[in-house]
Amino acid sequence: MDTFVLLTLTGFGLGALYFLIASGLALIFGLMDVLNFAHGAFLTVAAYTAWATADAVSGMGGLLLAALVGTATGVALAVAVEFVLIRRLYGRPKEQILVTVGLSLAVPAAVQTLAGADARTFPVPDALAGTVGVLGAQVPVNRFALIGVALAVLIGVRLFLDRTRYGLVVRAGVEDRAMVTALGVDVTRAFTVVFALGGALAGLAGVLGGLYFGSLSPHQGTGLLVFAFVVVVIGGLGSLTGVALAALAVGLTQQYANYYAGGYGDLAVVALLAAVVLARPVPGAPRAAERLRRLLPAPPAARTEGGRA
Amino acid sequence: MNAAVPPPPLLEIAGLHAEIAGSRVLQGVGFTVPAAGVTALLGRNGVGKTTTVRAVLGLLPDGGRVTAGTVTLAGEDITGEPTHVTVRRGVGYAPEDRGVFAQLTVAENLKLAERPGSAHHYDLVHDLFPELRARRAQRAGSLSGGQQQMVAIARTLLNDNRLVIVDEPTKGLAPRVVTEVAEVLQRASHRVPLLLVEQNLALVRRLARDAVVLDAGRTVHTGPAAELLADRELTTALLGVGARPGHATTPSGGAA
Repeated sequence: MDTFVLLTLTGFGLGALYFLIASGLALIFGLMDVLNFAHGAFLTVAAYTAWATADAVSGMGGLLLAALVGTATGVALAVAVEFVLIRRLYGRPKEQILVTVGLSLAVPAAVQTLAGADARTFPVPDALAGTVGVLGAQVPVNRFALIGVALAVLIGVRLFLDRTRYGLVVRAGVEDRAMVTALGVDVTRAFTVVFALGGALAGLAGVLGGLYFGSLSPHQGTGLLVFAFVVVVIGGLGSLTGVALAALAVGLTQQYANYYAGGYGDLAVVALLAAVVLARPVPGAPRAAERLRRLLPAPPAARTEGGRA
Repeated sequence: MNAAVPPPPLLEIAGLHAEIAGSRVLQGVGFTVPAAGVTALLGRNGVGKTTTVRAVLGLLPDGGRVTAGTVTLAGEDITGEPTHVTVRRGVGYAPEDRGVFAQLTVAENLKLAERPGSAHHYDLVHDLFPELRARRAQRAGSLSGGQQQMVAIARTLLNDNRLVIVDEPTKGLAPRVVTEVAEVLQRASHRVPLLLVEQNLALVRRLARDAVVLDAGRTVHTGPAAELLADRELTTALLGVGARPGHATTPSGGAA
């Protein structure tokens, strides 16, 4: 029982991490059809700047400052990448993928050159270093910190989407971007905001990843990104809550399978992905009906009219 | 006669050519929309009516572009301008498939259409469409086709526009709803000039002052709507109604 509780809460913590990365990916893809493979690189760089901060300033204050620095790093990188590269490549998915995949390879390599390939220990303040007894299990405190932050982000981003004009533009743009521009809205500006938000969440995930794993390495972000993509595919682009639930499912599956199925956690996630994709109704179906309707002849009113003319 | 200078056209399209995915959909569309009344854009299915209005708005689908010609709105060249810039000049657009955001509520659909720097005529919209006020919290995707069309038209009337483009507003609607839409468009046309793409000739007769006919991507006729509709031979030849369609003739070189 105590093992199960530990696995569950650890899975929640991991899910929280996936959610932070995947929610940004989902918003960016949903609004602009941009697959941002560089998202993991944002996370890695943010983790290193956060580490440098937490290393210089110790204690809880240091961690909070590190979280701030990491988030700001994510925002700065995201805005720079969007402004310099992505903006020039709207509507050119192949070029976008080449550029963001290139960044996802180059940035970790640069980090490795600057900071070395060895993993570094992330300084965890004493308040978050211990464990708490939950139903007989000794659960690391940082798991609760991750879950708390992810919940706060979920609520915060939902409020942003539901209550602000940018949120309205984003929700509408995910459905039909062209129609949003046809109402006089400059979607590219909303997209910069979404990209910055995604960068902020990736940066925050970099800090929390350091906390969760207790260490950081140049390829941490890229490794996590793979699972974040799985979460986006399972959770869909329609709702942030869907992404959160998918993140939870992936985190828990990975933890349970790693322990109970002999370390096959990653494989179990892929199996979950396959099962969800295969069980999902074909999204093309209603579109086919729509195409059929367009092929049908003009309404009879147009025909009879000629007779009376 | 006195030298009364005719008012300049509100919208002027000249020699417009457009390609979509390599196929030349428009090959010389030219006409003007006067600053008052309803101008009907007519033609059989697939002659380029929707492509024309999308080209005016810079909304051609991926792989589509204007290859020649100009679009002028109130004397200013808007050819190839980003869509949102054109729309902010005061152009309202209700597209063929209505373009209603299904996941958003009716109120949110209208709110999204609020343009900064313009008055927002909610009183007018709620007067024209009392049902939309009652259903303001409902998701637009759960509305009937007619109600969705009301949302689409309401969005164009919310702001102060110089021109409203409505693409096939009665397509797929029940006859009773078509009548409602026609009434709304008639009232709207007293406030703002309309460019109306429509297949329903009864509606065109009721609303339109001017008519433009396209065939195979070209303008083949322009003139008063009443004259066109009264000429049975012409409507048969141009629109293929009342007789076997197929043999398209070009009775008047209407390219303006």
